[in-house]
Amino acid sequence: MDIFLQQIINGLVQGSIYALVALGYTMVYGIMGLINFAHGEVVMIGTLVTITVASSLIKAGMPVALAGLAGLSASVLVCMALGWGLERIAYRPLRNAPRLTPLITAIGMSIVLQNLAMMIWGRNYMTFPSLLPKVDFEFAGANFTMIQVIIVLVSAATMGGLLLLVYRTKLGMAMRATAQNPAVASLMGVNINRVIAAAFIIGSALGALAGVMVGGYYEIAHYQMGFMLGLKAFTAAVLGGIGNLAGAMLGGILLGIIEALGAGYIGDLTGGFLGSHYQDIFAFVVLIVVLMFKPSGLFGEKTGDRA
Amino acid sequence: MRAKLSVVALSVAAAFTLSACGQKEAPKQAATPAAPVTPAAKPELVVKLGHVAPMTGPQAHLGKDNENGAVLAIEELNAKGMEIGGAKVKFELLAEDDAADPKQGAIVAQKLVDAKVNGVIGHLNSGTTIPASKLYADAGIPQISGSATNPKYTQQGFATAFRVMANDVQQGKSLGEFAVKQGLKTVAIVDDRTAYGQGLADEFKKSAEAAGIKVVASEYTTDKATDFKAILTKIKSTKAELVFFGGMDAQGGPMAKQMKELGIKAKFLGGDGVCTPEFMKLGGPATEGQFCSLPGMPLEKLAKGPEFREKFTKKFGAEIQLYAPYVYDAVMVMADSMKRADSVEAAKFLPMVGKTKFDGVTAMIEFDQVGDLKGGAISIYQYKGGKLEYVETLGGANPVDSVKADVKEAVADVKDAAKAVAGAATAVGAVAVGEAKEAAKAAAEAGKDAVKAGAEAVKSAAEATKAAAEKK
Repeated sequence: MDIFLQQIINGLVQGSIYALVALGYTMVYGIMGLINFAHGEVVMIGTLVTITVASSLIKAGMPVALAGLAGLSASVLVCMALGWGLERIAYRPLRNAPRLTPLITAIGMSIVLQNLAMMIWGRNYMTFPSLLPKVDFEFAGANFTMIQVIIVLVSAATMGGLLLLVYRTKLGMAMRATAQNPAVASLMGVNINRVIAAAFIIGSALGALAGVMVGGYYEIAHYQMGFMLGLKAFTAAVLGGIGNLAGAMLGGILLGIIEALGAGYIGDLTGGFLGSHYQDIFAFVVLIVVLMFKPSGLFGEKTGDRA
Repeated sequence: MRAKLSVVALSVAAAFTLSACGQKEAPKQAATPAAPVTPAAKPELVVKLGHVAPMTGPQAHLGKDNENGAVLAIEELNAKGMEIGGAKVKFELLAEDDAADPKQGAIVAQKLVDAKVNGVIGHLNSGTTIPASKLYADAGIPQISGSATNPKYTQQGFATAFRVMANDVQQGKSLGEFAVKQGLKTVAIVDDRTAYGQGLADEFKKSAEAAGIKVVASEYTTDKATDFKAILTKIKSTKAELVFFGGMDAQGGPMAKQMKELGIKAKFLGGDGVCTPEFMKLGGPATEGQFCSLPGMPLEKLAKGPEFREKFTKKFGAEIQLYAPYVYDAVMVMADSMKRADSVEAAKFLPMVGKTKFDGVTAMIEFDQVGDLKGGAISIYQYKGGKLEYVETLGGANPVDSVKADVKEAVADVKDAAKAVAGAATAVGAVAVGEAKEAAKAAAEAGKDAVKAGAEAVKSAAEATKAAAEKK
């Protein structure tokens, strides 16, 4: 039983990371119907910037907590700028193009960003500085650490914050209006360029936050780390119903738990025919099943088929 | 519209996965070192050596390390100036990236074959080396790997396949022996399902089980994973005393760390793939006190080792990660064979590669009939205070062979002694027939003792052989 509980905790944490990244996908999709495949790379750049800033500040003698905070703010700022730049350079000129065009551009941007990161940070693995004191907890035979608790709390809080933003603020109202019909929204006096830029900036800031969490959890980073993470988070977003904030959260956590349980039990279930290295197939089996039977996802709503 | 969306989303996901393969190719040009400018005056013989290792992806740091080893060797060869068939030779490195992916490995191998390279150094991973070796064999291009340790590589019957380090049969055995010596009773084995990781884990398993260690769990991961909590949780429930990992540092480091986070008290043991500075960097304090193994002897214990390290760090401003000295030796062996054959044509110098006897940085390099290094040693290391500390060397210099030679010598000595005694006895007998009989008897007695002593020596030598063989 303690194994089962431990696997659930493993999955919950992993899933919260997926959820954090998925929120960024969903945020952009909900407003302009674009799947921003470069989002995983934004997360990666968030992690690497934090490493660079925090490590050099720690080396310069700054207290660890302060350096961590500085690293986090720096990476949020860099990623916001990056998100804005992406939208301005790669997506805005294509806004009225057929919907496949910006998708391909997004994939292109993802490759550009990966190679850019390889040129800046090199090919080697980088270690994330330990920003948090190592506190381990034990509960009913299951172990977990401080950072795991923080990850789950941060992704829940982020989702709550985003819901407030979208449903309780003026910007949120403009976003929803843009999502429903950009032409009409702009006739109503909504500056849709600004609203879409804001969505990208907020989405990228979330990416930076996710990057810091991923870095802090595994304490390693690499210029290709965003690729698989982005793909899994995309799956999570589709599972929950892309464009839906609560759906992204739920989809992420579900996917994390499915993966953890799958990896833990697949060997026993198939009598050793499939080993635990087939962990990654669960994400994509889930994606295929969802697309086949409920393309709009678990929480699918109208936003799912806009554009 | 919904159905359309789903189709688009799926095809995009597929395209994205595919694009990953494409993008790995992209930085290849950047990885290829610019060819040095050649003075046009003298006619030169250009020798093209292919080098393949992952320059992108999770093992890019090891690939770069290998390439640095090759670059260093080639620069030295060109600086020294070698003459073959009367012409001055200029070596050129064609560096390719296989991204540690078997498919990509075969593609770049074909590229090198088409480029008509004279020889190939690499690849880094067993998983890419094995499929590529067929292409080289078909084209008759000699291939020396400085790091592919899976036994299969040289067992395919290719005359062109060589390696300059011990293979995983030896390594797995040594690691198994080591685990037994540590008094461990149960082990959980994890491998990354690559040719290298799986091969090493299988050899370790054989050796550990033969020595009475119980394998309580076999789990698998991939060479791209970062999260191992699910399989480690399962391992935790088996209460294994040791976790053995067949795989590379980029997974091993985080795995050791996650073991600690899950409160697993078991020891961690791995092969050459995790015996790197990178492993300790990635694993942090969790790696302290754990063990790993490397083919060969530590550089410090080798005559030319410290000098090589100095040259390397001075040139590249980086620490040697893992196989750079082996790759350096591989290039040198290739050049040495060409020199002995006095030809750079693969067909002519290939037979000479097999007859190599080259005093390299890492070992005295000689190949056996399949192309494996003769008498490859395995050394065990412990991670201590952020450094790899040498513990002991198992195997190596082939103890069985050396004992066998001793036995042969002893037998020959005994035979000689017996002959001499017999000779003396007849001589004595011929000179003095009657009285001298006593003396002759005494002499014969003495001879008998000598023979007995000799036989004793043979027996003890034979026992030593047996012990050594058992140990192996």
